[in-house]
Amino acid sequence: MEDFLSGIKSYENWLKGQHKPLPDIAGFILSRIESTDQDIHAFARIDTEEVVKRAAILEKHKGKGRLWGVPVAIKDNMCVKDTLTTCGSRILEGFKPPYNATVIDKLLAEGALVISGANMDEFAFGSSCETSCYGPTKNPHDKERIPGGSSGGSAAAVAAGEVVAALGSDTGGSIRQPASLCGVVGFKPTYGRVSRYGLIAFASSLDQIGPITRNVEDCAALLEVISGYDPKDSTSVNREVPRYTGSLSQKIKGMKIGIPKEYFTSGIDKDVNDRVKEAIKVFEGLGAETVNISLPHTKYAVSCYYIIGPAEASSNLARYDGVHYGHRSKKAGDMIEMYIATRNEGFGAEAKRRILLGTYSLSSGYYEAYYLKAQKVRTKISDDFREAFKACDCILTPTSPTTAFKIGERTEDPLKMYLSDIFTIPANLAGLPAISVPCGTGENDLPVGLQLMAAPFGEETLIRAAHAFERGRAT
Amino acid sequence: MADVEKKTITEDVVRYVAQLSRLRLDEKDVHKFQEQLARILEYIAQLNEVDTEDTPPTSHVLSSMKNVFREDELKDSLSNDEALKNASDKKDGFFKVPKIIKDL
Repeated sequence: MEDFLSGIKSYENWLKGQHKPLPDIAGFILSRIESTDQDIHAFARIDTEEVVKRAAILEKHKGKGRLWGVPVAIKDNMCVKDTLTTCGSRILEGFKPPYNATVIDKLLAEGALVISGANMDEFAFGSSCETSCYGPTKNPHDKERIPGGSSGGSAAAVAAGEVVAALGSDTGGSIRQPASLCGVVGFKPTYGRVSRYGLIAFASSLDQIGPITRNVEDCAALLEVISGYDPKDSTSVNREVPRYTGSLSQKIKGMKIGIPKEYFTSGIDKDVNDRVKEAIKVFEGLGAETVNISLPHTKYAVSCYYIIGPAEASSNLARYDGVHYGHRSKKAGDMIEMYIATRNEGFGAEAKRRILLGTYSLSSGYYEAYYLKAQKVRTKISDDFREAFKACDCILTPTSPTTAFKIGERTEDPLKMYLSDIFTIPANLAGLPAISVPCGTGENDLPVGLQLMAAPFGEETLIRAAHAFERGRAT
Repeated sequence: MADVEKKTITEDVVRYVAQLSRLRLDEKDVHKFQEQLARILEYIAQLNEVDTEDTPPTSHVLSSMKNVFREDELKDSLSNDEALKNASDKKDGFFKVPKIIKDL
């Protein structure tokens, strides 16, 4: 397949040679997506009319903006004005937001061709994209396997060359894990770096929006566009956005990279272990210094997350009552009956499981034992990182303990599914920035990703290290 | 400080929590969720190993964050029409819901 969508630069070069108005280009890209997506199902839906309309508006401002005409896929949980946005859930059927998420406004301001509706696990509850009410997305590298999740549609759309880049959201690894499993770059920014306004909430103290791209350079460019303070999100941080693309050319000689022993234990695929160990050699070859570190509370991260995440989710999902938006049951009855019937029909099994788990851990008599305990252990996990960053500039780990697993392999065993995120969850609990970069493939030709984490607002360090690695690996 | 519960979640508790969550489960689901939640909670109980006696709970991941205040100023907001656009039922500029008060 021609690979003009393999990055912003190659796309822009191709676009220059086309001499066609953007609505025609958009039509061409949409028809390519349609044919590729018959096998992949990266999109839950695309409002093609709306996309062509947007292209026509952009055509009037030809060349204006850093992402002019660049097709960017949007996960189905970011509000796009007057366009169906359903979070992969039946309960939001028919929902057309009356406003744009801040990240959408920022992309539009830079001229991006926004294509929303990328498939996802329902309400971002999942690591495989199998819980979407629209059916699973397939991994472009092996269509019998999952693309990862929850931003599986975004990652698959980028990996399959349907779009140049995408936005995902990451609560426990939902950008990095699918990026790793699909062989693309995924970035979760520091908590508060990117506005969450218009992102349909899962767990408000953990959620962050970030880019999924084919290379680190595009990742830096997108991150620069979407970052920044937003008065509409009181947890966004009022701090200048650095020129992330300026970090690309910087060398990493002398950079200290921490290798935490807790992330290299049993339970990791041999392929993953081998590729990540080779990657460490590449970093050393580039002049980085590796330091052995310890993050002793790592093994509690999943437990901690599966209290805090569902607790916040059960509270956030209380708003789906069939009154203000989305699905309402047709069954007759009083108000309470309507609530119950609506929620029963609207939520899938995983959403119900998390609502039950979260409600349980917040209910009277259990709050202290679960939620409060988890928030204390969360402090311990953050303290581990704070201590570790005294000895290193960033931390290198595998992104996922395994390569992409088969569709259906873990759906009957929620706990096994939850453990897919064992290496990505700690960065969310501690609010840290983290990136997943491809580092080769396993024997079965499935992609392996490595993760780099930095101290809060250490985005530049990650871009620098990831870009140096990407180039170092290629030569 | 209470410890994370060691005893397993019962089917009655699953029904109770479902009711709090405005969900209604059939018996098959109660049984399935009980089993799955019990396994998850059993795994989560490992948190008891961690001594958190002197550890404060995380209230915000970035310790530099402070409360955010703003002036109480009138700004643009959604019109009544826009706010009601996604409602499944509406009347005279309001959301319409089924009867709440029972007949006497």
